[in-house]
Amino acid sequence: MTIRLADLTDADVAAERVRLPGAFAAPLREWLRFWLLWGGSAALTLYCLYRFGFLSMDFLHGVAKFTSVVVAQLFPPSGFDNLPMFLKVMGETIAMALLGTLLGATFAFPLSFVASKNMTRSRPLQFGTRRFADLLRSFDYLIWALIFVRAIGLGPLAGIMAIAIVETGTFVKLYSEAIENLDRRQIDGVTAVGGNGLQRIRFGVLPQVLPMMLSNTLYMFEHNVRSASILGIVGAGGIGFLLADRLRAYELQEACLIIIVLVVAVYAIDWLSKILRERLIGDHRRREPVDDAKQV
Amino acid sequence: MESAPPRGAGSRFADEYADHRRRKRVYASLFGVAFLACVLAAGITAKFDVLTLVQGLPRTTEFLVKLVPPIGMATFSADVREWYWDINKWAGSLLNTLLMAWLATVLGTFIGGFLSFFAARNLAGHYLIYWTTRRVLEIARTVPDIVWALMFVIAFGIGPLAGILAITMHTIGAQGKLFAEVNENISPLPIDGVRAAGGSWFEEIRFAVLPQVLPNYLSYTFWRLELNVRSATIVGFVGAGGIGHDLFTSVQLLYFSDAGAILLIIVATIMLIDMLSERFRHSAIGKASFAH
Repeated sequence: MTIRLADLTDADVAAERVRLPGAFAAPLREWLRFWLLWGGSAALTLYCLYRFGFLSMDFLHGVAKFTSVVVAQLFPPSGFDNLPMFLKVMGETIAMALLGTLLGATFAFPLSFVASKNMTRSRPLQFGTRRFADLLRSFDYLIWALIFVRAIGLGPLAGIMAIAIVETGTFVKLYSEAIENLDRRQIDGVTAVGGNGLQRIRFGVLPQVLPMMLSNTLYMFEHNVRSASILGIVGAGGIGFLLADRLRAYELQEACLIIIVLVVAVYAIDWLSKILRERLIGDHRRREPVDDAKQV
Repeated sequence: MESAPPRGAGSRFADEYADHRRRKRVYASLFGVAFLACVLAAGITAKFDVLTLVQGLPRTTEFLVKLVPPIGMATFSADVREWYWDINKWAGSLLNTLLMAWLATVLGTFIGGFLSFFAARNLAGHYLIYWTTRRVLEIARTVPDIVWALMFVIAFGIGPLAGILAITMHTIGAQGKLFAEVNENISPLPIDGVRAAGGSWFEEIRFAVLPQVLPNYLSYTFWRLELNVRSATIVGFVGAGGIGHDLFTSVQLLYFSDAGAILLIIVATIMLIDMLSERFRHSAIGKASFAH
């Protein structure tokens, strides 16, 4: 049956309106929900603007001060005499990231098998390991750094441990997800030719999960160079200490140079790591391999 | 008149396989040596000292144990009340932290979302606009939010305002980049349609682009809110407001049980937000209840 537009009468439209109300207007409940969500969000935002002083003159004074004192005095960067020292400390930052990531991966590797449903029969053990990893992960690097600085003293070691602990949590989650998604049949194959537990892992599991593990580990290293660069703010080593020190002493031009060193180093590491990922494991993904890529 | 017997395919295969194995082993060991050299260099640069670490670990455990005061079964509620003696102040700080994260997410998402249209190759119009916007967004997100916080504290003084602005800067950079990637992946057909009907640039964005990208935007925004709550708990370390300030002071003053109480509040909040955000994100994509 074909309907010609010219033949449609008002009565037809009215009949259709009764028959298919959803096609003409969203139901009242949907409209209410829509406006409550958006209206509520807008009201909350307005309240926040008021609460935190965005709507007062002080805010405008702050903006003026920010442009005149901070932005204007950042440029031009100076302190090039100290550049070799900055570069050395940046190297220390990258070293912290590398060691922290590596330690985290080492701790996480055995734990991730315990945390995988298809590798561990005991449900409480598996679940407990997962939750433990979540607990490690839910504190920020800086919080762990604060704790470790108190416990083992100022310096890069505290930063390395902070990164290692957070990364243990992250890697247990990522690795065990990879292990849970693997193809059972390869393990069965190794079992069928008489392989023992270790051989099952070496020849049945690792070939499947290693590329994904390597790619994520490299990616987290990249991410941790960024994390390591701020740990110094609480005294846990790395370039963050110098940066915070210069900013607090109002030596903004030198701080600017440090920020430039930091940004360039972060880009260089990103670029290197991307090349390595592609070389090693043919990981051509443009997007981050980790679902909760924390850095962006 | 003896010549070497013709070599069969099988032995040629064996030779080549052995060759392949050898080459692979050489590459692997070269890579291994380079990797070990890197690790060694890193260990020296960062003054990694196993002895200090081993000596420090008992102290770490000691520290962690001191975070929780003795809580008896019989006097459980009294002990917990004693532990959380300053709960009113901490709850206020927690509320501040959450609201800081909310406001920074909203502001950052609006500004970053606006900039994302100029940072998308297919929508920017001119290459110079595209290039400049991209670089601005990159700087905004490569400078860590706590460094932004240090700078804003200079201008705005100690308090949540500096923290909000710092997290907003980072959010602008991150959302701008992610949204721009979403924008670049849209279908050009609706844009052609609006253009053919005589629409302006703003009408193109409103009627051809936004309907395609809004669900992805929302998903990224929930995720960003989750990350910003994390950031809002630490910008207080440099005086930019939120519960991080309370934590920092209590650790500095060696009030261990206070620090433990605040850490527990933080961990519970982060886990709750993670859970809520995951559910919200799924429902936002599934039903698109925000995007009409």
